[in-house]
Amino acid sequence: MTLLEAHDLTKHFPLRGGLFRRAEGAVRAVDGVSFTIEPGRTLGVVGESGCGKSTTAKLVLKLEEPTGGEIRFDGQSLQSLDAAGLRKYRKSVQAVFQDPFASLNPRMRVGAIIAEPLVTNESLPAGEAKKRVARLLELVGLPERAATLFPHEFSGGQRQRIAIARALALSPRLVVLDEPVSALDVSIRAQILNLLVDLQRDLGLAYLFIAHDLAAVAHMSHAIAVMYLGKIVEYGPAKTVAADPKHPYTQALFAAALPAHPDETREEIILTGEVPSPINPPAGCRFHPRCPHVMPRCSVEVPPLEVALGREVACHLY
Amino acid sequence: MNGSPLLELDRLSTHYVSARGTRVVKAVDEVSLTLRAGETLGVVGESGSGKTTLALSILRLLPPGASIVSGGLRFDGEDLLAKSPTEMRRIRGKRIAMILQDPMASLNPLFTVGDQVAEPVRVHEGTGRRSARERARSLLKSVRIPAPDQRLKEYPHQMSGGMRQRIVGAIAISCEPRVLIADEPTTSLDVTIQAQYLKLLRDLQREHGLALIFITHNLGIVARMCDSVAVMYAGRVIEAGPVRKIFNAPVHPYTQALIESIPRLGSGPARLTAIDGQPPDLARLPEGCSFQPRCPKALDRCRTDVPPAFDVGAAHSARCWLASPQAPA
Repeated sequence: MTLLEAHDLTKHFPLRGGLFRRAEGAVRAVDGVSFTIEPGRTLGVVGESGCGKSTTAKLVLKLEEPTGGEIRFDGQSLQSLDAAGLRKYRKSVQAVFQDPFASLNPRMRVGAIIAEPLVTNESLPAGEAKKRVARLLELVGLPERAATLFPHEFSGGQRQRIAIARALALSPRLVVLDEPVSALDVSIRAQILNLLVDLQRDLGLAYLFIAHDLAAVAHMSHAIAVMYLGKIVEYGPAKTVAADPKHPYTQALFAAALPAHPDETREEIILTGEVPSPINPPAGCRFHPRCPHVMPRCSVEVPPLEVALGREVACHLY
Repeated sequence: MNGSPLLELDRLSTHYVSARGTRVVKAVDEVSLTLRAGETLGVVGESGSGKTTLALSILRLLPPGASIVSGGLRFDGEDLLAKSPTEMRRIRGKRIAMILQDPMASLNPLFTVGDQVAEPVRVHEGTGRRSARERARSLLKSVRIPAPDQRLKEYPHQMSGGMRQRIVGAIAISCEPRVLIADEPTTSLDVTIQAQYLKLLRDLQREHGLALIFITHNLGIVARMCDSVAVMYAGRVIEAGPVRKIFNAPVHPYTQALIESIPRLGSGPARLTAIDGQPPDLARLPEGCSFQPRCPKALDRCRTDVPPAFDVGAAHSARCWLASPQAPA
């Protein structure tokens, strides 16, 4: 059964201005996005800054309330949940953020950092919490004595392991990974990606993996959603989308990805211009001002996300 | 790509010394590199490997506490280490220019873009206000900024990150330098903007015959842009050579692991090769080879003796005892 289902999810941030701070339009950060996450699987979300991928993550974490649409978890709509149900949801969905230097409290010992969700949610006795912390540290490959140290005594990669241990403390079913390796050194990234794959296999975790590194997303994910200016432009199995992208934006994005080898030559598609503002997105297809295949109808009609060639793609070409 | 080298580093060492002289950090340790006109050299390494200090050493723009302690640095047949500060000022920005990672930090928010692009021309070439302005306009055009007349009057905060980085590029090429050092120039940019910027740098290189030094942690940039590459680890160049050789037949175990640790598009969910442990603290380097504690192939000798650079092919060298002619194959 599907673990999480987002249907027509929308988040607009109102812009206020003038004497009475009246709403003057809105930033359409996420605009009608639908996706599903299966248990034990990874959905990768890619896109450039301002495409709405982090807002999508916040909506899933319930750090933001959607303007429209709904999220269903285990078949139940989040809007219909009572306080106890919401508490349960928040325990089942955890997050690991980009910067492990900012996400760990420098004045708390690692043991206390990892135990904090256990203490607040399950009010475990100290002895029991200590045992759980030791188990979690082992799970992420840190020695037990790490619990007595402070975050500054660890390197970036080890800190990210601590952040992962904390996210796993409540045995979540879905973990939102927002750029989990971007802040780490190159030689450390593979360690953390491998750890995440192992944890998924052993614990049956589902991941919402958000990153701008396309190769890492393609490597980690079972399905990929490509976002542009608040909309999903292409969505499908990771292999299909990465090997043979169809939407002109996805094609340009993958062509722009850096090669892993000098002999790896891809067709060069250099987009002109930059991502427009989500306050006043272009009419019709939002990508049309930069699209190399633009047609007259693209500036008028919004292309729906439709099944074509084994994936969903929002483009008038298909 | 022939003729004598344009820039030549000969066993250059830059050390940071603490105030009391008790702690020495060898940020750059006996680095030898050559760069020919029109060539692109990549310097790859992780944070703390000394690559930025290397760039600052070339420009002799080191922070207090750091100094070049030994070695040679020659540019266009001249000894840069013998230059006075005044002479160096005439070289910096005019004959050797640099682009930094964060375009917002390298632009002054209080001056218009036009003033900042025209400044090097006015300072180095004594050009008058009006003709400098004209130069600035054509420079903005050459870095593909639309409506340059309008943009000249604007301030950095009015532009996007990609555009600011192109302005920094325009400033760097304003005096037609021979060498351009780019320190992580695209780290703060989005993927498609990064592709635009790399293409721009390549076009500028072709038009002006620039020699480029790319300082980066990203092997992908090296694969796309560079002719040759130097891999740095803990202040030393542990392997250097032509880019295809390094990618096809890396000799040093660190280079091998680094290349295998990056996920490839279309590789599927295979396991990545991870390098155990973490980069060493430069103030407390291990004995012998600095990579030895993390090296899967370490020999006894690696724990005691620092390996010299062995030639392993044409213009290809590696600092590893395994590459030594007497190594047990």
